[in-house]
Amino acid sequence: MQQEELKNRLSEVKDKLIGIEETTERRIYLLCEAENAYAVNKFLFKELSLRFVIVTGIDSDDCFEILYHFSNDESGCFVTVKAFIRDRENPAIESITPFVPAAEWIERELHDILGIDFMNHPNLRRLILADDWPDGVYPLRKEVKK
Amino acid sequence: MKKTMQKPILAVGPFHPLQEEMEFFQLTVDGEIVTDIDVRISYNHRGIEKLSETLQYDQIPYLVSRICGICSASHPLAYIQAVEEIAGVEIPERARYVRTIINELERIHSHLLWVGLGGHFIGYDTVFMWAWKYREPVLDLLEEITGNRNNYGNVRVGGCREDIPDEIIPKILKELDVIEQKTEMLTKAILDDPVLHARLKGVGVLSKKDAVAYAVTGPTARGSGIKIDVRHDDPYAAYGDLDWNVISQTEGDVFAKAVVRLLETFESIKMVKESLNKLPKGPVAIEVKEIPPGEGCGHVEAPRGETFHYVRSDGGNRPIRHKVRAPSYVNVPSFKASCIGQHLADVTLTLAAVDPCYSCTERLAVIDGHNNVIHDYEALLRMSREKTARIRKEIGAPEFKLEDA
Repeated sequence: MQQEELKNRLSEVKDKLIGIEETTERRIYLLCEAENAYAVNKFLFKELSLRFVIVTGIDSDDCFEILYHFSNDESGCFVTVKAFIRDRENPAIESITPFVPAAEWIERELHDILGIDFMNHPNLRRLILADDWPDGVYPLRKEVKK
Repeated sequence: MKKTMQKPILAVGPFHPLQEEMEFFQLTVDGEIVTDIDVRISYNHRGIEKLSETLQYDQIPYLVSRICGICSASHPLAYIQAVEEIAGVEIPERARYVRTIINELERIHSHLLWVGLGGHFIGYDTVFMWAWKYREPVLDLLEEITGNRNNYGNVRVGGCREDIPDEIIPKILKELDVIEQKTEMLTKAILDDPVLHARLKGVGVLSKKDAVAYAVTGPTARGSGIKIDVRHDDPYAAYGDLDWNVISQTEGDVFAKAVVRLLETFESIKMVKESLNKLPKGPVAIEVKEIPPGEGCGHVEAPRGETFHYVRSDGGNRPIRHKVRAPSYVNVPSFKASCIGQHLADVTLTLAAVDPCYSCTERLAVIDGHNNVIHDYEALLRMSREKTARIRKEIGAPEFKLEDA
C-alpha cells in the first residue's frame, strides 16, 4: 500500500480517534481512548494488513499510554496507535492477542512491569518478573526508584 | 498434562557474553513428535529500558550496544535514528556511508557465525570451523576501524565517533576480496551438498500465513516469502544510494533460511565495497546541542531482523521512555508454528534456524508428561547428528568424514 492510499484508508477509523499526528512524513500517530484501541488495532492488522511491530507502555503523569506500533513496509511508514488509559487505579485495556498472536509476549510483559490488565488475554502469566517478585510492584512505573 | 509443566526444570545457566536473552523451552512430545512448546524467558532481565531513563542521550548508545554483542552496531543505530528524528538532525554524507559499512560488516560476521552454528548442530563441524575462520578477518577489520571487535560504539547523535581513515580503504577492499572468495567456496560446498538438501529441506517450515501472524522479521520472514527489509523499505544511512537486492525464498524451511543468509552475505560484501569506493569526503559528525521534546521511532535491519527503538523526550537531557524491541522477541515465538509436528531430531535445528542468540538453544530440554527431563541439550544434538548420518547412508554419500577432508 502506497503512502497516499494508507492515509486515505486511515481516515476510515476517524470517528474512533481523538486526533491524528504526523511527526514526519513516515511516522503517523493515531490518538484514541483505551476503549477504542481494540477496534482501531483490528482495523490496522486485519483490514490494512499492516505488520505488527511491538507495544510500548508509558507511565505518563495522569494516565497510562499504550502505544501499538504497526509498520506499512511498502512505504516504510510507522503507524502508531496511542491509547490513553485514564483510570490509574485499575488500568485495563482489551487484549489484541486473540487476533495478533505476536502480541502475546509483549502484553504479558506490560502486565508484569506496568501493571496493565489486558482483558481477554489467553495466557496472562508472568513473563519478565521472577516467581517470587512481590505482587503489586510494577518496576516500570515512575514511583519505583531507579 | 499441561499442569505438570508449569515449573521450569532447569536452573539458570552460566552467563554467556554472546547472548541477548536466556530462554527455556519446554517441549511436550508424543513419541518422537513434538506436540506443544512452551517458552520461558527473562532469566537474565537487565532492565535496560529502565536504566536508559537514568542516562543522558550521549551515554545510551554505549548501553544499548551491550544489549547484544553480535548486533552491537544495530541497536545503537536504531536508537540514534529515533533521537535524530526527534531533533530533526541531518547527518553528514560521510557519516551515512560509515554507518552503512559498519552495519554491513556486522551482518557479514553474524551470518557467517550462524552458518557455522548451523553446521555444528547437524554434525558438520568442518563447516563450523571454516565459517568461523573466515569470520575472523571481518572482526579484525571492525577492530581496526572502531577499536573494538564487538560493541563498537561508533555512532553518536549527529554522526559517527570514528571515521574510516582513507589509508586503510585499500586494505579493507583487499580483505573483502578474500572473504568473498572464501564465502563463495563455503556457499557452494553447502548448497551443492545432497546430504544437506535432504537434511534441511522441508524441516521446520514456517508458512507465510504463520509468518504474518507471528510478525516475524529479517531472514526468518524472507525465508518464508515475505520480502521485507528495513534497509529497502525505509532506507536509512546510505542504503538508498547503493545497488543491492533483497534476497527472499518461498519455502519457509531451514534450507530457505540458510540460502537467504548465505546470499545476503554476498549482498553485504557488495554493499561495503560500493560504499568504500563512493565514500564522500568531509566530516563524520555534527554537534547536536540539545534534544527538543517529542517522540521518535528508529528501526534498523539487524542481522536477525528489524531492531526497533522508540524514544520520548521531554526536552531534558535524558529520555523519559526508551522502548527496545530486538528481532528475536518476535522471531522466537514463531517456534510455536514451526516446531509442532516436527521430529525431535529436527528441533534444535529449527530453533537455530531463526538465529536466536546462541544460549537460547542451550536452555533446551524435553520433558514427558511426568515432568522428568528425558532428553537434555546434548542428547538432542546427538539425535540431530545421527539423523544426518542416517541420511548420508541412505543416499549413499561417501563414507569419509568431512572432518578428514
